Amino acid sequence: MNLMDPMRSRMEPNSMDRPEDGRFLHLIHLDLPLLFGLLAVSGLGLVVLYSAGQQNQDLMIGQAIRLGLGFVIMLTLAQIPPRYFRFWSPWIYLAGIVLLLAVMVVGDISKGAQRWLDLGVVRFQPSEIMKLAVPMMMAWFFAEKQLPPRWPHLLGGALLTAIPFILIAEQPDLGTALVVGCAGASALFLAGLNWWVMGGLVGALGAAIPLFWTFIMHDYQRQRVLTFLNPESDPLGTGYHIIQSKIAIGSGGIYGKGWLNGTQSHLDFLPEGSTDFIFAAFAEEFGLVGCGLLLTLYFFIIARSLYMAAYAPDTYGRLLSGSLTLVFFIYAFVNSGMVSGLLPVVGLPLPLFSYGGTSLVTIMASFGILMSIYSHRRPRSR
Amino acid sequence: MNYPTNHPMNRSVNRSANGPVKRAVPASPPSDSPWRKAQAWFSTMTRHRLMLTLLLFAAGGMVARASYLQLLHKDFLQDQGDDRYLRVVETPAHRGMIVDRNGEPLAVSSPVDSIWAQPAELLQQRDHWPTLAPLLDMTVAELDQKLAGKETRQFVYLRRHLAPSAAQQILQLNIPGVYARREYRRYYPDAEVTSHLLGFTDIDDAGQEGLEKAFDGQLRGVAGQKRVIKDRLGRIVEEVENLKLPQPGQRLTLSIDRRLQYLAYRALKAAVLENKAEAASAVMIDVRTGEILAMVDQPAGNPNNRNELQGDLLRNRAATDVYEPGSTMKPFTISLALESGKWTPTTPVDARGPLRVGRYLVRDVHNYGIIDVTHVISKSSNVGTTKIAFSMPMERLWKLYKDVGFGALSGLGLAGEQPGVLHHFSKWGGEIGHANHSFGYGLSINMLQLAQAYGVLAADGVKRPLTLLKRDQPLDPAEERRILSAQAVRQVRAMLELAVSKQGTGAKAGVPGYRVAGKTGTVHKIVNGRYASNRYFSLFAGMVPASQPRLVMVIIIDEPKGGAYYGGAVAAPVFGETMGEALRILNITPDDMPSMKIAGSPPPGTTP
Repeated sequence: MNLMDPMRSRMEPNSMDRPEDGRFLHLIHLDLPLLFGLLAVSGLGLVVLYSAGQQNQDLMIGQAIRLGLGFVIMLTLAQIPPRYFRFWSPWIYLAGIVLLLAVMVVGDISKGAQRWLDLGVVRFQPSEIMKLAVPMMMAWFFAEKQLPPRWPHLLGGALLTAIPFILIAEQPDLGTALVVGCAGASALFLAGLNWWVMGGLVGALGAAIPLFWTFIMHDYQRQRVLTFLNPESDPLGTGYHIIQSKIAIGSGGIYGKGWLNGTQSHLDFLPEGSTDFIFAAFAEEFGLVGCGLLLTLYFFIIARSLYMAAYAPDTYGRLLSGSLTLVFFIYAFVNSGMVSGLLPVVGLPLPLFSYGGTSLVTIMASFGILMSIYSHRRPRSR
Repeated sequence: MNYPTNHPMNRSVNRSANGPVKRAVPASPPSDSPWRKAQAWFSTMTRHRLMLTLLLFAAGGMVARASYLQLLHKDFLQDQGDDRYLRVVETPAHRGMIVDRNGEPLAVSSPVDSIWAQPAELLQQRDHWPTLAPLLDMTVAELDQKLAGKETRQFVYLRRHLAPSAAQQILQLNIPGVYARREYRRYYPDAEVTSHLLGFTDIDDAGQEGLEKAFDGQLRGVAGQKRVIKDRLGRIVEEVENLKLPQPGQRLTLSIDRRLQYLAYRALKAAVLENKAEAASAVMIDVRTGEILAMVDQPAGNPNNRNELQGDLLRNRAATDVYEPGSTMKPFTISLALESGKWTPTTPVDARGPLRVGRYLVRDVHNYGIIDVTHVISKSSNVGTTKIAFSMPMERLWKLYKDVGFGALSGLGLAGEQPGVLHHFSKWGGEIGHANHSFGYGLSINMLQLAQAYGVLAADGVKRPLTLLKRDQPLDPAEERRILSAQAVRQVRAMLELAVSKQGTGAKAGVPGYRVAGKTGTVHKIVNGRYASNRYFSLFAGMVPASQPRLVMVIIIDEPKGGAYYGGAVAAPVFGETMGEALRILNITPDDMPSMKIAGSPPPGTTP
């Protein structure tokens, strides 16, 4: 035990986590607290979706089926030992890059962006794969290297993140690109990026913002940022979303208007009320109390995931778990931040809550990987 | 460990067991300098702890933000929210009905639905256009034209005033962006027959002409208000409360008798067609009350068809057009003469013409020789009338004309009524002016005034104010005014009876079984400031039954071109045709059946 760091010994896992307990949940590699958190949020999400989706039962049933599918995928992935993930990491990453390139050539255009790949049976967004593939690749890359990483390795890792980021941003899909970028950056950070280097990077990023603004960003993205800074400047145009959303949240008050009684969402004033802006619909009906509960649940899920990442058995697992957790963290807080007007509008769904399939499946898959890594620890020497 | 020591997995496990990187380094000698302290603190801060801190910050930020919106700004944002869906809308008031004296509807408002669209939404529904367009009575191209370039507008009428059933059919298609709104549309059951009189309303139900305009305040009613919940597209989702109930407009009961109106219309239209006339007007009044029973004009348009809402077709000529009355004025000159005592019906008059008056000549159609006063009327002699007029001061004639209502508005409030011109006698231009005025030239009047003036002759010299509204109570005697003596007027009436007899000018105005009194007139039209030699107005003014007149009717036909043009040939038949039926409908006792005077009962609501 002399190899354990002090913090670790203070946070000794409780008995429930010990593999030798032989509990059923452990046998099927599920983590009970995390499962509880996920079920609570997605169950609440279904209830809210029924109201926000204008009491459309088909909508809710569709979402429930996707959630079920997501849980099955999570359960399945949890059974796979982490070494397989590790082995397949580079190949999945490469396949993802190829698919992204394919999208650029033959992808479907929908709503002005080229994101979809039509495989005849299913249409899917290869960029979704990268949300998992980038953390896996980064973890694989740095797990092989000596830590803290040296300059060439850092540059290599940065490149591994930058390629998919640029490909996705070109689609254009800034939201997903940011998620993928953050996944890579968090892996770099967890791998042990030097504090000074990190500070330098943040500074460089700040300096790069004007360049980014001028050369990379599309007009609609610039508009979103301008609108975020002053939504009232264009209340009927781009500021409409954020103004309506703030009104919906604020008019909920402390206790909310009650389930099915939200006026802004039911009368169609709240745009995207069942997808990206479902948090506003929820806040209107459940008030500050509901918001507090939901944020607590998210906090709990993320904290538990961080805990699990901290106890991952190896560098690969720890880097991967940590990055995946950070991705979820970004989803939850960037979405709620944007809906409440703290952050500019970025097209990110509220995880486990918003209506829509693709990102839900990705998120559940990442929790599957997380559970797999945590539950396949070797029995510790006593 | 199962792995060899150089295996990467093993290495990383060792690394991780050593804790994150920085922790492995603190081999540096302990130092008390603040710089070292800070570095040490930073080093001990694990990456996971930093993440936890970030998470706490984010969650705290969100809770703070939610509290800011939901606690501090709650009231403001709630008001903003309410403003978005709580709206006050107007509920249209039902416009009052216009009915005739017997309660028959002349103008009714019926509920209709106007179809409107939100262009941005409907423009995305092009698939539905082929089904929608025919129901709107349009082609797809027309629909496209209506919506083109209006993406930013919130409201465009597609078609107004559809029958509710037709609108329902459209709404049942459930096409996004297509909505209906309730309105009221005015219908005129009698169309052309009453169009000049009633006028019409615009598409927003406000009176534009005629009685619809004159009595708009009474008919219109007051729109109500209600608070409703509207969704973003402006659809009313729920009605919350009625703030103010709409007050329907009041019913307007006219003095018009729809049956008589129709009779007059039919006879006048027939006369216009037969004589190829330009236009025509007729007014019928009830002698005892001054109520206008019929008022018709030609040509006429159908007010239910908005394409026919043209000035020429809808002008209420009986009020808006003025004419020189010509020979129809002679009975008034003669009345004055009889009243003066200088003349009796049998006094001989030297009517040998032409008569020189200053530089002018007054002439008749024939040279009548010496005839009595009665025949001056029945033959319509200008020379005889002039001679009689000259025996009295000019002022008397001017005052009589003024008293019967010439040169002044009738007081009915009809938009566009023209009072005509009656100059003060000092401006008549001496004797020739006196002569001209005595047989109806030099002044201009409208048909309402002519009807009222003949009403004085019919009512034994008493003038009663005209009205277009039904009198519920008998006329207040204070409103009556004696203008001529009863005896003189009766004598004139006898003369007018002779004028309608076989030997007179107006024989075609006769009604079998009744005694008719009346006077014809044929007036040269003024074209470009001069009297045209071959273009005329043909007039007839008469009353029936002559023994105790109940009805007065005046008729003018503008420029008959069918050969005949004398008032007796063109205008008088309209009187005869209309009255034949009208007297029967009103159940008025014939003059030549004295026994019926006892048996026949007067029409309801009238006093003998």
